[in-house]
Amino acid sequence: MEIDFGFHVFLLFMMIIGSFVAVFSKKLISSLVSLGTVGMLLSIYFLILGAPDIAITQLVVEVLTLIILLSAIIDRDVTADMTSSKVYGFLLIFILIISFLTFLSYSYFIFPEFGKANMRVGEKYLYLAPEKLKSANCVTAIVLDFRGYDTIGEATVIFTAIIGVMVLVRKKGRKDE
Amino acid sequence: MIIYMCIAIMFFVGLYGMMVKKNIIKMIIGVNIIGYAVNLFFIVLGYRKNGIAPIMVPGMEIKDFVQKAVNPLPQALVLTSIVIDLSIICFLASLSIRIYEKYGSFDFEKIRRLKG
Repeated sequence: MEIDFGFHVFLLFMMIIGSFVAVFSKKLISSLVSLGTVGMLLSIYFLILGAPDIAITQLVVEVLTLIILLSAIIDRDVTADMTSSKVYGFLLIFILIISFLTFLSYSYFIFPEFGKANMRVGEKYLYLAPEKLKSANCVTAIVLDFRGYDTIGEATVIFTAIIGVMVLVRKKGRKDE
Repeated sequence: MIIYMCIAIMFFVGLYGMMVKKNIIKMIIGVNIIGYAVNLFFIVLGYRKNGIAPIMVPGMEIKDFVQKAVNPLPQALVLTSIVIDLSIICFLASLSIRIYEKYGSFDFEKIRRLKG
C-alpha cells in the first residue's frame, strides 16, 4: 500500500490544529472534545505507520481518558478564563523557541531520515520471533518474552497509581470535615 | 524533517499549556498532548518507507519479511508507555477532584489566595 507523503503532513497538521484548540479554547468541554479528536487522529496515524496493536490500544485509552476527565469536570466549574499567569511571560516563550530550534538542528543532523529506520536491534527480533518463538506477531513477542521485565514494571506502576487514586477519592476513613 | 518539525510543534504546544495556563484541567490536557507527541516521535523513528506491520503471515518468506517490516522495538515500548500515561492522567484527575472539593475552584490563583 503506497501512501503519499502529503497525507502524513495533512494528518499531522490536523493534530496540531486540534491541540491548539485544546489548549487555547475558552470552555473546558470543547477543549476536552478537541483533545479526543487529536487522540482519534493519532490512532489513525498509528495504523498508517504500520502499528495496528498501538492503534487499538490508543483508541481504547483515548476513550477512557475522555470519560475520566469529563467525569472530573461534569457538574463543576466548566469555564476557564483565558488570562494566563503572568509570572513567566516573555522569558518562557524565549526559552521555548530556543529549545525548539535546538530540536530542529538535532532533527537535521542526528536523527535518521523519515522512512529509513535504524534496524540494528529490530532486525534480530524480526528474525528470532517467528523462527525461535513461533510467534506471528513480533510486538507481542517483544512485550511478553524479550522484554518481559518491562511489562512487570508497568504492572507495578499501574498498581501504584491505583493505590494513589483509591487513597485520594475514598469517602470512608477521612479524619477532617 | 518536516514530520519531526510538526511533532516538535505539538510537543511545545503541550508544554506551553502545561506551564502557562491557570486552570488545572488545562494543565492535565497539556500533559496529555506531550504524551501524544512523544509516543508519535518514537513510532516515526521506527518507520520504514512502504513498510508492513511486523506480523508474520503464513506463506511469506522470512527474508522478505525482515526486509519489509517496520521496527517492532519502539512499538513494544510505546505500548507500555501509553498505558502508563493513562494511569498518570487518572491520578491527576483524582487529585484535581480532591482540590475542587477542598477549595471550590479549578483556578490556581484563587486556590493560592484562599490559602492566605
